[in-house]
Amino acid sequence: MKLNERSVAHYATCDSPADHAGFLRKRVERHHHHAHHHTTSYQRCWFVLKGNLLFYFEDRESREPVGLVVLEGCTVELCEAAEEFAFAIRFDDAGARAYVLVADGQAAMEAWVKALSRASFDYMRLVVRELEKQLEEACKSLAACRKSPQRSSSSSVRKRHLSNPALLPVQEKPVILENGYSVSGSSGGGGSTPGGAACPDRDGGYVKPPPLPPRRRSAAGSTTGSPTPGFSTAMPESPVSPETACFSKLHSWYGQEITVLRREWQERQKRGHP
Amino acid sequence: MRYNERELLSLARQPAEKAAEVLMRVPKKGSVLKKRLVKLVVNFLFYFRTDEAEPIGALLLEHCRITKEEENVFSISFMEEPERKYCFECASEEQCQEWVEALKRASYEFMRRSLIFYRNEIQKMTGKDPLEQFGISGEARFQLAA
Repeated sequence: MKLNERSVAHYATCDSPADHAGFLRKRVERHHHHAHHHTTSYQRCWFVLKGNLLFYFEDRESREPVGLVVLEGCTVELCEAAEEFAFAIRFDDAGARAYVLVADGQAAMEAWVKALSRASFDYMRLVVRELEKQLEEACKSLAACRKSPQRSSSSSVRKRHLSNPALLPVQEKPVILENGYSVSGSSGGGGSTPGGAACPDRDGGYVKPPPLPPRRRSAAGSTTGSPTPGFSTAMPESPVSPETACFSKLHSWYGQEITVLRREWQERQKRGHP
Repeated sequence: MRYNERELLSLARQPAEKAAEVLMRVPKKGSVLKKRLVKLVVNFLFYFRTDEAEPIGALLLEHCRITKEEENVFSISFMEEPERKYCFECASEEQCQEWVEALKRASYEFMRRSLIFYRNEIQKMTGKDPLEQFGISGEARFQLAA
């Protein structure tokens, strides 16, 4: 079966960060037909783990990998080899050979076993899906809290914050608006307007930040009113709605919006100057 | 470069995220469009002769560029050789768009970026690191970009 080996080798050696790397000794099986026995020897290689692929090189400076182990569907276990700090990568397939690797010490072995156990694409996909769900839930609960009626008494606002401690850090941290300008969070009462707050520009003088961008239309299509002062409109309620759960769409969405906003702001700045 | 072909073949037999019959052309001089079954499994695109159980080949989908070409057609090329294109002609424009979207999201590196993005957003919103519950917040593969 063909494989796009040149590209694979390039991926191995390019500067994208490795998930783990280090020297390991790799067991090499050699058959002696006439003697009917196996000799076991070990070859020291430089191993690089990227995603679900384990590459090995003759040495650290090699420009091309000697080999690759596709890790999808493997199990990693400690093995009772004659060697200390040995572990094995095994596959379901009964006839498949195991890759027996030997680390330099206990810590190195544990680190490799941990890294390799979590290397599969399936595992990564599981974690991503879980976080997608969590972000959706966090957005929903934030949106739900905003929709609840605003009472003027500060004590009730404080109570609401305390009842949902997850919201506290959001209020107190500086809020990053989509156009990249930050405004420090509102005071405890929750009613002051950050639009009036000033933030220092690069020269150290104070400039008013550009007006808050209009509230983002939710992906479901419902329109929302003008931004409520004092709230962190920087946290859009919609980008992680089910329709936009796809990261590449989100990425382009943010990118487009930032470009447009930046351009609008720059034009306004130009007009504002004599 | 050696690789565990046996495991790759086994992967090719697993349920695919996406599979279809398309016309495919490899970036070799004189090559023409041929009917192939393509199958997306994790970050590999396998391609088969339509009546065979074992794939002719596999493309690792890391550091690749998926480009929408003319109607019904998209191509896959790789970072170090952007002119060498694997071309795929689909049955319809809709099918073509679906494949482009699916393949763009098919790399491990794309998933990693998504994870880092979600992790960061959740952390901003809730003040908590969502990976802590899994005990994996220290893992190199999940770190916020340098």
